[in-house]
Amino acid sequence: MSTAAILSAENVTRSYNISDDVVVHALRGVSFSVAPGEYVAIMGSSGSGKSTLLNLLGVLDKPTTGVIRYDGQDVQELDDPAVAKLRNERIGFVFQSFHLLQRVSAVDNVIVPLTYRAGSRTNRRDKAVAALTSVGLADRLDHRPNQLSGGQQQRVAIARAIVTEPGLILADEPTGNLDTTTSSEIMSLLEALHKDKGTALVVITHDPEVASRADRRIELRDGVVVNDAVN
Amino acid sequence: MSREAIRIALQALAANRLRSVLTTLGVLIGVMSVVLLVAIGQGARVEITGAIEGLGSNLLFVLPGDGDFTAGPARSRFTTGDVDALEREFPTGGAKAAGYIVGADNIRADGERVSVTVFAVTGNYLDVLDRTVARGQAIGNADVDATRRLVLIGSSAAEQLFGNQDPIGRNLDLGNTRFRVAGVLSQVGGSSTPFGPDQDRVVIVPVTTGQRLFGTSRLDAIFVRSSSAASVDTDRATIERVLSRRLGEGDFSVISQDEILGVVSQILQTLTLVLAAIAGISLLVGGVGVSNIMLVSVSERTREIGLRKALGARTRDITSQFLVEAMALTAIGGIIGLILGVAFALIAERFLPVPAIITWWSIALALTTSFVVGIVFGVLPARRAGQLDPVQALRHE
Repeated sequence: MSTAAILSAENVTRSYNISDDVVVHALRGVSFSVAPGEYVAIMGSSGSGKSTLLNLLGVLDKPTTGVIRYDGQDVQELDDPAVAKLRNERIGFVFQSFHLLQRVSAVDNVIVPLTYRAGSRTNRRDKAVAALTSVGLADRLDHRPNQLSGGQQQRVAIARAIVTEPGLILADEPTGNLDTTTSSEIMSLLEALHKDKGTALVVITHDPEVASRADRRIELRDGVVVNDAVN
Repeated sequence: MSREAIRIALQALAANRLRSVLTTLGVLIGVMSVVLLVAIGQGARVEITGAIEGLGSNLLFVLPGDGDFTAGPARSRFTTGDVDALEREFPTGGAKAAGYIVGADNIRADGERVSVTVFAVTGNYLDVLDRTVARGQAIGNADVDATRRLVLIGSSAAEQLFGNQDPIGRNLDLGNTRFRVAGVLSQVGGSSTPFGPDQDRVVIVPVTTGQRLFGTSRLDAIFVRSSSAASVDTDRATIERVLSRRLGEGDFSVISQDEILGVVSQILQTLTLVLAAIAGISLLVGGVGVSNIMLVSVSERTREIGLRKALGARTRDITSQFLVEAMALTAIGGIIGLILGVAFALIAERFLPVPAIITWWSIALALTTSFVVGIVFGVLPARRAGQLDPVQALRHE
């Protein structure tokens, strides 16, 4: 757990009380850290606890015990505005189901995270256009999500993740809803952005093929890390 | 962020245009009714108090009965002798008293027929009520003493009966009696109100003639005009002293013009506020509608809320987004309701006997209330939105 890590999990557990006497232990003590610019795949089958881990890493949820640190800072000590600022500035989320706002254009979708920080409207739009251009959608700026293919929608989501220039991209099954060819394109795009900008990339997947592309693979099973190795 | 919040709110409202319009309707109708009803209420107040003030100033009304109007109309025991007694008591150049009997009848001449209000008056009547004769001669004490069948006629009654011809010296029939037109009253303008008939549609006859016409020896009421505001109280004391000597204790009561104005004005103001409050209830119902739709909107956009939180929205950002949305709904409703309320008030004025008076306070009240309704009824849904757990929200179907 060196302080140089951008992100670290220290003996993290997460339990859910399903009812009064039934407790599910989704994570049973997970520790690892991610260095700046690192490319890590977190792999596991359904029920292995990887979604729970993603929520904790994204500071969308709090561990039952253990500590999640960003640049050495224990995120449990942060209040709501500070957590929001952390998500906004440090993390770029990419979701399996894209999570785009259906009623607004690609550009306006990419602008959303910028609206939660200072900046002028024209400046935000310029940044959004640049981000969409870098994912190859310069000619789809004003299209709405339902006018785009699945791959294009995920590209919009990736543009939204990188427009804030975060230190880390957290991708949750980014290719889960896409066909093989498109999946490969999306992964290549994420990898290119990771290389060009030195952004750390954490991909959560059940797909060994996707996991094998990463520099390092962490395997989860039944809530514990069973393997953490360089590919 | 606040400008951004307004932009997001308008975007969201535009995405559900029909629903937004319907939700807004409740607030719109509420604000419209407040503005419209207050305008009409104020108009009635100004019109009616104006009619009372139009009688001149420093008037005292001597009415039969002990002043308890809930007991029904009292039988008058006033006679012309009471008026004379008052006149004798008042100092020279001081107050003046006049008595009258009022009735309704038709006047007929040249086959034309006009229904009028008939005042049978003592000699001072025109002076006391500040009315003048435009043409011809006023009715004087001599005419009263001689029970002359002379009549003064209101300007619009004269025009209806005689057209363009000069009515002075012409004969007309009032009841079964033939009268000669002595003069035409100066035009007053205005219309009939609960406090008196159209002053341009009255006829005035000597009180003695009128008593014969109506078959009575009494007067309906006595008016006294003080020479100044300062002497009203002294004159009232004089009236009470003189009349309690001549009549029984409960046979008369004295009310000043200001007292009547105060009471009437107060009643109409209360009426206006009641109308506004009733209209306000529909504003409240509109607010409940806003709350309802905002809850639906929050539930529909649960995933969006989760996403926004993941992308860096604070709880406060989400709360203000939905609060602004609720306020935008009620503000739009309020502004359109205000415009429609003013428009309908101006239209209503054409069909009502009273003017519509748009007051600043009703506009301010309506707009403030619609904003407050937006906040009050928006807070619950907005707080619910802000407090959603991002993990649950993102997973929401």
